[in-house]
Amino acid sequence: MLAKRIIPCLDIRDGATVKGIHFEQLRQVGDPVALGAKYAAEGADELVYLDISATEEGRRTFTELVSRIAARIDIPFTVGGGIRSVEDAARLLDAGADKISLNSAAVANPTLIDAIAARYGSQFVVAAIDARQIDGRWQVTTHGGKHATERELFTWAREAVDRGAGEILFTSMDHDGTKNGYPCETFARLAELPVPIIASGGAGSVAHIADVLTRGRADAALAASIFHYGEIPIPQLKRELRERGIAIRL
Amino acid sequence: MIAVVDYDTGNLRSVADALRRIGAGFTLTADPAQLLQAERVILPGVGEAACAMTRLRERGLDTVIPRLKAPVLGICIGMQLLCRWSEEGDTACLGVFSARVGRIPATMREGARLKVPHVGWDTIGELRTPLFDGIDEGAYVYYVHSYAAERCEATVATTDYGMAFSAALARDNFFGVQFHPEKSGRTGARILENFLNMKG
Repeated sequence: MLAKRIIPCLDIRDGATVKGIHFEQLRQVGDPVALGAKYAAEGADELVYLDISATEEGRRTFTELVSRIAARIDIPFTVGGGIRSVEDAARLLDAGADKISLNSAAVANPTLIDAIAARYGSQFVVAAIDARQIDGRWQVTTHGGKHATERELFTWAREAVDRGAGEILFTSMDHDGTKNGYPCETFARLAELPVPIIASGGAGSVAHIADVLTRGRADAALAASIFHYGEIPIPQLKRELRERGIAIRL
Repeated sequence: MIAVVDYDTGNLRSVADALRRIGAGFTLTADPAQLLQAERVILPGVGEAACAMTRLRERGLDTVIPRLKAPVLGICIGMQLLCRWSEEGDTACLGVFSARVGRIPATMREGARLKVPHVGWDTIGELRTPLFDGIDEGAYVYYVHSYAAERCEATVATTDYGMAFSAALARDNFFGVQFHPEKSGRTGARILENFLNMKG
């Protein structure tokens, strides 16, 4: 049976791992390669490395870091942040990334999804979507939540899938960093899409993650601070999820 | 010498990294002479079947690979190319294995919907052959695919996703795995080691 995935997310700035609270007040938490290897050894199912400085400052993701990750890590990993062209994606594929995630650049230029998916396949393209709820409507944001857009979450997620995105990684900007749990009803609605949904932003307890994987019907849960600060070690999380009857790889 | 077939389809890098992690030396090559001399041949690949077959043909490898006498391991598309035919692009493949490769149906028997591609860690069972020495029934391996080989007499491992498909195939010196051992943690590393260490 296909296991629900647990995915630590490593936000990278200037080659180091950071985790932002509401994407601001960034704090440094460790070497990205060593931290990723530790998570893989502990049972992480996948890793996501997001170059959070890239979109803000127009910098390119550090290809060299990606090759070091690829050499060391024996589980799949996704790289995101600042990917604006097929060439950027090709460079990361060559460096060893299994998937790339597109966020702001896809919102600005949706055909980027088509172009990368056509060349490298949908399995290579994750559409990362940040949104916050305003008067009951999920408004898509870009640039780490700084820019509001006219797009609506469900419409944009559907369009991204139609254009070739193979997975959706959704972060609620209202929940990210709060440790109050995920917006499960929203995830359950996204789960109607024909591709896997990765839930991100808000995990504070095992119960939150269990909730989004069951009630929220997410295929994977992504989190950062609970892992980085050792609040919920991955082996413990996975054991407890399995005890709750969730399909988990131990 | 371990040869990894380099035919311009992408994931050579991850296979190469995995071989380095288990300490195996290898050569990336598309040279028929080198492949015929190799003690092990790995046929990796991501992408689309018709395109991948074209690239094999352009290099004359469509006639070389089925003639190889050393153990050959096809991974993902590499395994699908060793089959008879793929629905992807209605592609005639190498025919080492009699299985046909079809698209994973997005609707299950009971009408429930299934997400395609099949992405993530899934279990393998009905394990046979030395490829799975030391691997437990129900071990998890990593998959990313939209097409799968049907069960056939060469099936040596299965995975259930809506229906049972061939997770691995074996016939004579030919082996294929639909999952990605190079991305499957310790289980995957053991499978690669088993392939490299089996009696040629």
